[in-house]
Amino acid sequence: MRTLADVTGPTGQAASPDAPLGLPRLLPAIGGDGGATPLERHRLRYPEPPRPGRPREDFIAAVERSGLRGRGGASFPTGTKLRAVRDGRGAPVVVVNGSEGEPSSGKDKLLLTMAPHLVLDGALLAAAAVGASQVVVCVDGAATAALEGVGWALAERGGSDGLPVRLAAIPPRYVAGEESALVHWLNGGPATPTRVPPRPFRRGVDRRPTLIDNVETLAHLAQVLRFGPDWFRQLGTAEEPGSALVTLSGAVERPGIYEIPIGASLADLAGRAGGPPDGAGAVLVGGYFGSWLGADTASGASLCNSDLRRHGASLGCGAVMVLGRRACGLAETARILAWLAGQTAGQCGPCVHGLAAVARTTAALHDGHAGAGDLDRLRRWAGQIEGRGACRLPDGAVRLLRSALEVFAGDVWRHLDGGGCPAGVRSFPQRAPAAAPTQGGLPWR
Amino acid sequence: MALSRQLRVDPIACDGNGLCAELFPERITLDDWGYPIVDPAPIGPNLLAHARRAVSACPLLALRLDAPDRTRA
Repeated sequence: MRTLADVTGPTGQAASPDAPLGLPRLLPAIGGDGGATPLERHRLRYPEPPRPGRPREDFIAAVERSGLRGRGGASFPTGTKLRAVRDGRGAPVVVVNGSEGEPSSGKDKLLLTMAPHLVLDGALLAAAAVGASQVVVCVDGAATAALEGVGWALAERGGSDGLPVRLAAIPPRYVAGEESALVHWLNGGPATPTRVPPRPFRRGVDRRPTLIDNVETLAHLAQVLRFGPDWFRQLGTAEEPGSALVTLSGAVERPGIYEIPIGASLADLAGRAGGPPDGAGAVLVGGYFGSWLGADTASGASLCNSDLRRHGASLGCGAVMVLGRRACGLAETARILAWLAGQTAGQCGPCVHGLAAVARTTAALHDGHAGAGDLDRLRRWAGQIEGRGACRLPDGAVRLLRSALEVFAGDVWRHLDGGGCPAGVRSFPQRAPAAAPTQGGLPWR
Repeated sequence: MALSRQLRVDPIACDGNGLCAELFPERITLDDWGYPIVDPAPIGPNLLAHARRAVSACPLLALRLDAPDRTRA
């Protein structure tokens, strides 16, 4: 066991004695009275970040040593990204990605609403690390509480951060949060993905090197630079250190946002939340972009990418949905696929036509209107669609479809040729967070 | 390998016109909706002329011949 004396800060000094031991780490930053933590209270624990100037190698080195990985879904090493942006040409821009368009995830909105100063500190520390000249906080335009939280926090700071920090309400669409779409929109275009390259770290907002980091990632970054990389590594696994926020929904008594050490047991988490007494039917890990795990796999799974990868899944943005034993996995899959198909930016043929076809046929399968030929078509389409969009939307839909056809293989056969839905229910006993069936009418600007 | 190239399609620019697959069926097939699926294997010197013809036939300039090792990053 480590003792506090072994815990050192980024520049070698002892970590502060108020470094949280164990869990929770991020959640205490959240005010207990239902509102955002005020700046005065936040500053009791977190000193003011230094004014950005020349890039801070010591900050980048500390983030690298912490092993922090992005919490938006891709799990990319944050230190590597900082270094790439720092090495670019021109003064960088830091973009806080608070789009969180994933309907089954709420952790970023929670942080922005309740702990905006921790997120802003993370953004300013990242700005100091790379020597950035401006920060843009992008928040889903429909996330009113999150927008208010950040707006209120910025007003409280009164422009005292030493560089311009701007709040931007982005169009409330799923793919608007994709990196190239964010840059496209911040540069005056529609919030649609563009074709990479160049990647934003090289040339992004205003053609400057652009660091785009997820909200939760920046909150962790603030803690890494406050309490030290060794402290950060006290939780989690060697490969994926730290804690993570998980949005748990579905057939559990207490759905909500939980903080876990990365690598925690999925069964323990479901148990803590009052999982279904007769056990889960299946678990969707990674949200709408994720993969289904069958009941047996889920009961032994750990919430880290190195374990989930063995089952073809990943933690993604940390959204976990539990399917009750009596609910129908195909019904949920059809519902999610219909939503994903409605999220297309309408730019790439295989996404526009492919996702619509997949969603329609999966719905027909669930409704008992599909035959074996339709099943063959679904499998063929999965192969045809994968990797053929400008962004990863089609790939996410295909991953979900493939895992459903595998995990619910028995259900698929029972539904074929007029069998109808044997479960007789269309949704979770306790529903996953509802998503609008389609957002086709929403603007891109 | 110096002469080999790789075909790439820009999925945003492409509107499924299908000329490319007609001109270069050895490496380009169409999906169920008429959009090209391009074989990522390098194009050797023997097929280069066909590949170039397909590239220049695209009315939307959605097809390109790149150096094979060029990454998307």
